[in-house]
Amino acid sequence: MAATKDSKEQKYDRQLRLWGDHGQEALENAHVCLINATATGTEILKNLVLPGIGAFTIVDGHIVSGEDAGNNFFLSSDSIGKNRAQAATELLQELNSDVSGNFVEESPDKLLDNDPEFFHRFTIVIGVQLPESTCLRLGMVLWSASVPFLICKAYGLIGYMRLMVQEHTVIESHPDNALEDLRLDRPFDEFKSHIKSYNLSIMDKKDHSHTPWVIIVAKYLERWLSEHDGQPPKNYKEKEAFRQIIREGILKNENGGLEDEENFEEAIKNVNTALNPTKVPTSVEDLFNSEQCNNITAQSSSFWVMLRAVKEFVYNEGSGSLPVRGSIPDMIADSQKFINLQNVYREKAMQDAAAVSKHVESLLQSVGKPPESISEKDIKLFCKNSSFLRVVRCRSLAEEYSVDSINKDEITSRMDSPDSEMVFYLMLRAVDRFYQLHSRYPGFRKSLRISGAF
Amino acid sequence: MCPFNSKWDILKPENHCFPSREKKRRRIEDLTEKMAVESGHRDGGCYWEGRWNHVRKFLERPGPFTHPDFEPSTESLQFLLETCKILVIGAGGLGCELLKNLALSGFRLIHVVDMDTIDVSNLNRQFLFRPKDVGRPKAEVAADFINRRIPGCKVVPHFKKIQDFDESFYRQFHIIVCGLDSIVARRWINGMLISLLGYEDGVLDPSSIIPLIDGGTEGFKGNARVILPGMTACIDCTLELYPPQINFPMCTIASMPRLPEHCVEYARILQWPKEQPFGDTSLDGDNPEHIQWVFERSQERAAEFHITGITYRLTQGVVKRIIPAVASTNAVIAAACATEVFKIATSAYIPLNNYLVFNDVDGLYTYTFEAERKENCTACSQVPQDLQFPPSAKLQEVLEYLTENASLQMKSPAITTTLEGKNKTLYLQSVKSIEERTRPNLCKTLKELGLSDGQEIAVADVTTPQTVLFKINFTA
Repeated sequence: MAATKDSKEQKYDRQLRLWGDHGQEALENAHVCLINATATGTEILKNLVLPGIGAFTIVDGHIVSGEDAGNNFFLSSDSIGKNRAQAATELLQELNSDVSGNFVEESPDKLLDNDPEFFHRFTIVIGVQLPESTCLRLGMVLWSASVPFLICKAYGLIGYMRLMVQEHTVIESHPDNALEDLRLDRPFDEFKSHIKSYNLSIMDKKDHSHTPWVIIVAKYLERWLSEHDGQPPKNYKEKEAFRQIIREGILKNENGGLEDEENFEEAIKNVNTALNPTKVPTSVEDLFNSEQCNNITAQSSSFWVMLRAVKEFVYNEGSGSLPVRGSIPDMIADSQKFINLQNVYREKAMQDAAAVSKHVESLLQSVGKPPESISEKDIKLFCKNSSFLRVVRCRSLAEEYSVDSINKDEITSRMDSPDSEMVFYLMLRAVDRFYQLHSRYPGFRKSLRISGAF
Repeated sequence: MCPFNSKWDILKPENHCFPSREKKRRRIEDLTEKMAVESGHRDGGCYWEGRWNHVRKFLERPGPFTHPDFEPSTESLQFLLETCKILVIGAGGLGCELLKNLALSGFRLIHVVDMDTIDVSNLNRQFLFRPKDVGRPKAEVAADFINRRIPGCKVVPHFKKIQDFDESFYRQFHIIVCGLDSIVARRWINGMLISLLGYEDGVLDPSSIIPLIDGGTEGFKGNARVILPGMTACIDCTLELYPPQINFPMCTIASMPRLPEHCVEYARILQWPKEQPFGDTSLDGDNPEHIQWVFERSQERAAEFHITGITYRLTQGVVKRIIPAVASTNAVIAAACATEVFKIATSAYIPLNNYLVFNDVDGLYTYTFEAERKENCTACSQVPQDLQFPPSAKLQEVLEYLTENASLQMKSPAITTTLEGKNKTLYLQSVKSIEERTRPNLCKTLKELGLSDGQEIAVADVTTPQTVLFKINFTA
């Protein structure tokens, strides 16, 4: 806990590059609960303790057995006979002094009997190798308290995970192949006046070869639109014709051959994606239409307030488009032309974010919250990621297990496919049911040693 | 349920089975209560009741998912505990996890090789290391930790490069598992294991095959693969899966920076050698003073061109080509690899056939596929590689082909050939005096160098422990 900011930055460097300082802060504010310090459980905690989770609490009423000490890195032979929660906490705590480790020597069923609200304090509860009845009881408590519940089982070489979360919003979803937001199909005013400053036909060779492809495509598109009644190239034939026109814009040398103009090659290569119509992704449209977005209250999270603000923006200042993202890909160009173009997009993005900010302010006011409740920084981040917003919603355990709402059709149709893993789901449910009835797992009886006879 | 592929006959107990080979050398003992007590003595006091129950469930019981030829027995566990020798290459993110997993699965005779020392940035995932260990050799600290935490485990560390060992070292292992961070190193060990293969009358001797399990991770992505050298796809067979590292064009760095990264590269590639701020020393990415210097120069350059976004973190990331890393991805991939080691060592389950891809950036995505052998793979096909060049081609072109071709991706190939019965070095980069002497050859044509149609050249490179033979065919 005495780690300096610097030493933590060094230690966590490799992960900060994935989720940033704000992601790390969220992790350090989290408190996870693990029920059952089995090998699976401690392995999960290890991967949370090492990156610096704020705190963990292990709930486990079991005593460490010889078997436990044999397959669990966070139990030793010295732990045998001790409470498993305590023993595991010691060796997990030792991994990272930034983390606060706690344990409760109690079975989850007892806690559910005496103090179910104990579980309300956690960011997430992880239940490992839990009997079905405990899962369902705990599931109900956590669902009504809106605490996410992750259920894990390891059974031979089969692993199982079930996430139960009512609603989890993600702003930075880090899509792998995101399309650029260049607005070439509906250029904003500042962009239009920026490209006015370019005249490709009178530029000297150096400038011509170092003009960003975005400008080139925009210029040629203007020409095309004026010649085609305001209609952009739509099908393959038209796009090919458009590419050809750009190709003809490449400078020629004395012998009539083409100069090596990589920026024009880039323009031609990018025609297809550049002509993609700018529109609000369906996933975001769906979010706009959801209950949480349309019914902002004092209890609404900042995600929904900001989303509603963006929706208002789209229907007003945005004229049907999301706030401009503001980033452009690298492209062949001289520094000045590139930076100038980048600034045009950046400034527009700032403008749009400011407009969204005003909507945020009035929304907050309408529910009696101060405008500072949501920072400018957060609004900017939200706007930048507006195309990539995600909301994860899972069914409750009760729904999964209830005879009335079982996904019968999906289960049976998957059973028809020989490669389907659905059989494992059913087998694991059967194992759980066996345990409920016989208080032991199939193939195991305390009095029998492990032998080939079985 | 799982189709049984004949490629995996190698793993049938009678063909290679590690346990059955040892059968003749040991007496079989019954697993009884008596055994439980005796085991304590045999294990040197490292046994406690129930210790290996979890592993025994896999090896001493029949089941619906086991290998079709699997027969439950007590020998498999004894084989793991007493005889099976595993080599773990790398004691970093994957290596630490691998050592833990193997030790807990019953493997005791483990060697680990790693040439690195511990850095504070390792501590977020390489959990066998503590702040007090910074600066010490990874292999040694890792071995020490495992041996103490898992009684009876005897991990032997080697603070060395894999290239420091020869065939006699590698030959002793039953299975080799890698957690490397370099493709060059992967190709090297791949080539080494291929060189150990024995052929009798053109038929591969199964007992000369050492399975290679290879894992790799990057951020939230990872992969694991099972390689049976000489039988299944090797590293070089699928070299195109690793696209070559893209560097920024020099003209961008030198005169037209647009991104903060361009400014950092300018400071690293151009300013540092010119200004030599710390004397005649090369830039050390682990030296904070060096990075600070590059950071400040980058900021100056960025300011000149009105580029924003230079941070210390970005600077270091560019200089060291840092790849982001977290504990969980390494845990998943190492678990997959260790499971395959276990399956192969015990012949109890059908191994992965043969490539696993994992990505949990968005939800969790994974799939497996069978990577196919390349017919003319430079490493494992034993087919001499044909190259086509006109006699007027310069040696430089051949060199560029060897480095730039996606299937070859050599780093600094040394080319030799036989002319008039004598061995002649055409070009070699790694020794300064020879480089200077042979450099003029790069501008000479193949004809001028005396090469004839169908001439064989031998190429040595860091990507392979053995030279690769190429045949140059003249085109018109």
